[in-house]
Amino acid sequence: MSDWLSPEEWTAVRLSLKVALTAMAASVVPGIAVALLLERGRFWGRQALDVLVHLPLVLPPVVVGYALLLGFGRRGPIGAFLADHLGIVLSFRWTGAALACAVMGFPLLVRAVRLSIEAVDRKLEDAAGTLGAHPVWVFLVVTLPLILPGILAGMVLSFAKAMGEFGATITFVSNIPGETQTIPSAIYTLTQVPGGEGGALRLTLVSVAISVGALWVSEWMARRVRRRLLAR
Amino acid sequence: MANVSIRDVRKSFGPVSIIKGVDVDIQDGEFVILVGPSGCGKSTLLRMIAGLEDITDGEIRIGSRVVNDIPPKDRDIAMVFQSYALYPHMTVAENMAFSLRLKGVPKAEQGKRVQEAAASLGLTQLLDRYPRQLSGGQRQRVAMGRAIVRDPQVFLFDEPLSNLDAKLRVAMRAEIKELHQRLKTTTVYVTHDQIEAMTMADKIVVMHDGIVEQVGAPLELYDRPANRFVAGFIGSPAMNFIDGRLEKAGFTLASGAVLSLGAQPPVPVGAKLTYGIRPEHLQVMSPGEPDSIPATVAVVEPTGSDTTLMVKVEGGSLTVLLRERCSLKPGEAIALRPVSHQSHLFDERGRRIASV
Ligand SMILES: Nc1ncnc2c1ncn2[C@@H]1O[C@H](COP(=O)(O)OP(=O)(O)OP(=O)(O)O)[C@@H](O)[C@H]1O
Ligand SMILES: [Mg+2]
Repeated sequence: MSDWLSPEEWTAVRLSLKVALTAMAASVVPGIAVALLLERGRFWGRQALDVLVHLPLVLPPVVVGYALLLGFGRRGPIGAFLADHLGIVLSFRWTGAALACAVMGFPLLVRAVRLSIEAVDRKLEDAAGTLGAHPVWVFLVVTLPLILPGILAGMVLSFAKAMGEFGATITFVSNIPGETQTIPSAIYTLTQVPGGEGGALRLTLVSVAISVGALWVSEWMARRVRRRLLAR
Repeated sequence: MANVSIRDVRKSFGPVSIIKGVDVDIQDGEFVILVGPSGCGKSTLLRMIAGLEDITDGEIRIGSRVVNDIPPKDRDIAMVFQSYALYPHMTVAENMAFSLRLKGVPKAEQGKRVQEAAASLGLTQLLDRYPRQLSGGQRQRVAMGRAIVRDPQVFLFDEPLSNLDAKLRVAMRAEIKELHQRLKTTTVYVTHDQIEAMTMADKIVVMHDGIVEQVGAPLELYDRPANRFVAGFIGSPAMNFIDGRLEKAGFTLASGAVLSLGAQPPVPVGAKLTYGIRPEHLQVMSPGEPDSIPATVAVVEPTGSDTTLMVKVEGGSLTVLLRERCSLKPGEAIALRPVSHQSHLFDERGRRIASV
C-alpha cells in the first residue's frame, strides 16, 4: 500500500486529513454559536452577521484567500497581532490552510445547524423552562441532543469542503509541499508537470475514497443518534 | 399552593394590542378556566403567567411575589401544552423525572416519586417507553405526570385535551377534575370548549378580543350572563336572540307577536331590545296560542335522550331543545312560548338589563 503512493503523495494525503480535521474541529463550536445567534438572536447587526457568514459561499475562493492574506498575512492587522503577541503565524503554514478551509466550510456548517435548530419545537424548550430549567441547562439537555444530527451533517459538510478546498488555500498559503500542499494542490501541481498523470489519478482516487468514507461514517453516526434520540 | 392575581395586564406584539387590560383573581386551590373564541388571547395570557411572554403592562402575582421579572424556571409552576411537549429522546420515566433531576433529587427518591405519579395516572407499564411509542391519550397523561411530579404552586394547562377524541376527552375531563380534588393545587386551564369550562371549573373567565367579558361560577354565567357575548358563548346549543322593542303590552317582535314580561325592565317604552332565551326554555304550543311566537319546523334532530328542533320564524330561525321525543315533522306549523322567568333582555350595546 505504502509504495502505491509516492512519499510526496502520502505527505499530501496526511496533510489534507490534518488540515480538514483541524478546520472541522475548530469550526464546530463557533458554528453552533453563530447558528444559535442567527436563528434565535434578536440583536442589531444580525442581518450583517448573516451576510458575513455566507460570503465565502458566494465569493470566488481566490477572493476569500486574498482577503485572508490581507487580514491574516504577516503584515495584515490580525496576522501581525497574532504573530507579535501570541507567536501564531498562519501565512504559508498548514494552520493557515486550516483557517482557509474552515472559513470556506463555515457557511455550510452554520446552515446545517441552523436548519436543525429551526426544526426544534420551541414548546419543548418552553416546557423545560416551566419545569425549572435554566436556559443553559435547556440548551444542553433538550436542544443540543435534538440538533445533534444536524451538527453531524454540518461537520461532514465542513470536512468535505476542506478536503476539496483549493482556491482560497493556494492564494492564502501557497502550495508548499509538506507544509501547505493538500491533495487538490498536489493534483494541480502533478497535472502541470510531464509524467504527473499517474500521481494525479492516484490522488484523485484517494480523494474519492475519503469523501465516500466521510459520507458513510456520517450516515452511520446520524442513524445511531437518531435511533437513540427517537427510539426508532 | 398559591393564589394568582392578574392586575390590569396588557400585551402587545409590536403595535398590535392583544391583551387589553385584564384583571383576574385566582384563589389558592381554585380551578379557574379561561375560555373564549380562537384568537382572543387565552394562550397569550397563560404564557404570561408562565413567564414565556413578557408583560407589556400591568402586574402578575403568584402568592405574594410579583413575578413580572422572574424567569419561568423560578415561578414554581408547571405547564401542560396542547402538543404535550414531551422530550422525544427521553423515556416516559425520564420525562416525568425531568424537574427532579434539575433539582438534584437523589435517584432513588426520583424513582419513587415517578412511580407514585405513574401509578395514579395508570402509566406504570409504560415507564420505559419513548413518547413516540405512546397513543395520544397516553402522551397526554405523561405530560400531566411530568407536571404533577414537579409539585408546583400552580398548574397551567393550555388546551390539554383538544387533540384527543371525543370519548377520551370526556374521560380525561373527569380525571383532571378528580386529580385537582386530590392535589388541590391552584390551576389555570385554557380551553375554547365551553362544555369543558362548564363541567370542570370552579370559576370561569370568559375572554373575548383581549378583554374579560365576565368572571363567575359556571352556573352563575349560565343563569346571569353579563352581556350578549357571554350569553351566546356559554351554553350548547347556544341561546336564541330575538330583536324587537319594549311596548306596554310586553316585548314586541317585528312580526307583531307579543311576549309578556314578568317584570318591567328599567328602560322606557319604545326602547329597542334583544330578547334572549335558551333553547331548553321554549315550549312547543299549537299555532295561535297567545303569548307565543308563530314558527315552522325546519329540521328535527333526535339524539336519543332529547330532540333539537330548528324552526323558522319571521326574520330568522330559533333552536328548541326538547327533553322528550316528539312527532313533529318538517314543515309543520307550531308556536313557541318562553318558559316564564327564564329570559334575558339586552340593550343595544349588548348589556343584560333585566331577566324576566
Ligand atoms: N408571537 C406573536 N406575535 C404576534 N402575534 C401573536 C403572537 N402570538 C400570538 N399572537 C396573536 O395574538 C392573538 C391571540 O393569540 P392566542 O394564541 O393567545 O389566542 P388563543 O385565545 O389562545 O386562541 P386559540 O384558541 O386559537 O389557541 C392572535 O391574534 C395571535 O395572532
Ligand atoms: Mg391558544
